[in-house]
Amino acid sequence: MTKRFGFLVLMFSFLMSTSMMASDSHSESGELSIKEQIKKDIDHHLKDSHSFHLWGDHDKGTAVGFPLPIILWDGQLHFFSSSEFHHHDNGVVESKGTFFKEYHSKIYITDAEGSIHYGEDHFVSNEKPIDFSITKNVFSLIIISALIFWIFSTVAKRYKNDPVPRGMAKIFEPLVIFVRDEIAIPNIGEKHYKKYMNYLLTVFFFIWMVNLFGQTPLGINITGNIAITFALALITFLITTFTANKNYWGHIFWMPGVPYLMRVVLAPIEVLGMFIKPFALLIRLYANISAGHVVIMSIIGLLFVFQNWFARGAFLGLGLFLSVIELLVAFLQAYIFTMLSALYFGSAVEEHHHDDH
Amino acid sequence: MEIPTIVGAGLIVIGVGMGIGRIGGSAMEAIARQPEASGKIQSAMIIAAALIEGIGFAALFAA
Repeated sequence: MTKRFGFLVLMFSFLMSTSMMASDSHSESGELSIKEQIKKDIDHHLKDSHSFHLWGDHDKGTAVGFPLPIILWDGQLHFFSSSEFHHHDNGVVESKGTFFKEYHSKIYITDAEGSIHYGEDHFVSNEKPIDFSITKNVFSLIIISALIFWIFSTVAKRYKNDPVPRGMAKIFEPLVIFVRDEIAIPNIGEKHYKKYMNYLLTVFFFIWMVNLFGQTPLGINITGNIAITFALALITFLITTFTANKNYWGHIFWMPGVPYLMRVVLAPIEVLGMFIKPFALLIRLYANISAGHVVIMSIIGLLFVFQNWFARGAFLGLGLFLSVIELLVAFLQAYIFTMLSALYFGSAVEEHHHDDH
Repeated sequence: MEIPTIVGAGLIVIGVGMGIGRIGGSAMEAIARQPEASGKIQSAMIIAAALIEGIGFAALFAA
């Protein structure tokens, strides 16, 4: 009983820290109302940032976290730590005669006073350097990739002398078999599936792990970043396009089995479909994960809005419930991404002729 | 957010909800008729739901 209670307390503290997580490290003014503060925190959480912020207190203006390296290019290379943005009161860093300032998670070139100018369209008109920084997302990606690499090289070694899975291999074998038997073979077919297995397994475990890490109080939001999902969908698109056989292109430009006039009409639609499919893939993953993060953070935000303990208890329960749902979504989105990729690969290597019947 | 945008978003959610609801309902019926095929029905259901959801999200972004 006490063990179970301890687990619950741990879960709740995780939930609480997730909301603290996204708090703003700048602490510009203490006059924000609690609703505005929550809105700002959620916005900040969804974006990438140049430092890892773990927890902090808005009222005291404290923030616990660690800085990350900043790498900039504007004709010459600049390299410094993101903590230097907080060394001066105006937040300006000088590197090789150029002044940089971080403003709303983006880095701009400024003068010595760090003045930010606005153009007529109300956007910042300061010049931007090319930013190669190891940001929060990049840092987490490196850590997670290293973890996945370590897990699978350990698992692979298990099979060298002994075909019976032991230890970690016992956990991962069913998942690998699941991807092979439930995703790859039914969609691609017995003949061609081996060629695509390495990509499907990589993308499945990558998305799943990253989604799960997004649920931890580290507060990283990687698959909720459209650049990441864009890159994943682009790889699927390139593999589909470059491994496609002549049947696939035939179906796009000269659809068999329909009247000649329809073939001309269908060709542009099919060409458009080639691009819409991976686009839907990238939007689906991005929107699902972002929406999940926003919902959980809003529910936890409500804990701080309501001033009575009854409502707080209810929202705590709801927050816990939604977190569990998110664990399911984390798996489901990885499954769907892999499944649809397999479906597109399957259509690219299909050898069935429709005009036979 | 202006009022037409909110109405649009609401319409999208109604449409997507009806679509996914119908898929879920039909899948339930299908599983009740043929419980042994539940695995296949489930994966087909998830694919169809995901496709509708994708369109819904795209529309929500446009709204």
